[in-house]
Amino acid sequence: MIDTIQGKNNNKWIFLIAVMVLYLIVAVMDFALFKDAFFHFTSLIQKIAPIIVFVFVLMFLSNIYFNPEKINKFVGKDAGAKGWVASIIGGILSVGPIYLWYPFISDLKKEGMKDRFIAAFFYSRAIKLPMLPIMIFYFGLSFTIILTFYMLIFSVLNGIFIEKVLEQKKS
Amino acid sequence: MKKAVKKTLKNFNQIFPIILGLFLLLSLTISVIPQTFYDNIFTGNKFIDPLIGALLGSISGGTSITSYILAGEFLKQGVGLLAVTAFMLSWVTVGTIQIPIESAIFGKKFAIVRNIASFVTAIIIAILTVATLPLI
Repeated sequence: MIDTIQGKNNNKWIFLIAVMVLYLIVAVMDFALFKDAFFHFTSLIQKIAPIIVFVFVLMFLSNIYFNPEKINKFVGKDAGAKGWVASIIGGILSVGPIYLWYPFISDLKKEGMKDRFIAAFFYSRAIKLPMLPIMIFYFGLSFTIILTFYMLIFSVLNGIFIEKVLEQKKS
Repeated sequence: MKKAVKKTLKNFNQIFPIILGLFLLLSLTISVIPQTFYDNIFTGNKFIDPLIGALLGSISGGTSITSYILAGEFLKQGVGLLAVTAFMLSWVTVGTIQIPIESAIFGKKFAIVRNIASFVTAIIIAILTVATLPLI
C-alpha cells in the first residue's frame, strides 16, 4: 500500500534522493550524458504531465463516487465474471505508464480488490486501443487481432495463476 | 467532496517523489542504452532471440508506442517476428525497473510473481501468435 511506503521511513524520499545523487555523480563524471538524460527527463515530463493530471482526476472522481461496497461488488472477494470484465476493461482504458496507476489500484486494494483482478488489470494494460493503428501499420491487421486476443485470454490466466501462487505461499 | 479532495491530495503527495524519481531513472537508462545496442544484440537464432527480446523488453521502459515503433524497426532490419513480439509484450507487461515500487505498494511476492509470470507469458504469447498467424 502507498501508506506503507510512507510508514517505512519515508522510502519514497530516500528513493528520489538516491536517484538525484546518481545524477550528481553522472554530472561530475560525464556531463554530456547528464545533459542528455536531463533532456529526456524534461521531454518525458512534458509528455506525461497531462496523463498524470488525468489519472488524478480519475482518482478524485472515484473518491467521490465509489464506496467500498460498490468496489467490492465489482472487484472484491465475491466478484465473479464482472470482476474480470471490470478489471480488463479498466486496464485497457487506462493510459500512461503502469506506475502512475499504483496509487489508484492501491486504494482499490485497500477497499478489497483481489490480487487476481489487480494482475488482470496490469496485464490488460498491454492492450492500448489508440495505439492499435500503429501496430497494424507495422505488423498487419491479422497479427494485431491474434495478439490482442491472446493478451485478453492471458490477462485472465495470469490473474488466476498469480492468485493461486500467492495463496500457496500464504498457507 | 472536501474529503475526496483531501484524499486525492494525500495520494498525490505520496506518489509524487516516486514518479519524479522514476522519471529521472528512466531518462538516465534511455540515455545510457543507445538504440544501436538493440540493433546489434539479436543473433538470428529462433530459440534464443525470443528470450533476448523478452529480456530486453523487460529491462526497457517507456510508453507502449515506443515499443511498437522499435519492434517494427527491428522487424524491418530482419529480426524474427517471435523475438519482436516477445520484446513488445514484455516491454508493456514486465516492469523490472518498477519492481521496488510495486513491491512496496502491493507486496514483494505479488511484484515478483507478477513480473515473472508476465515475462514467461510474453514468450508463450509470442509463440502462439506466430504459430496462429499462418492459419488466418
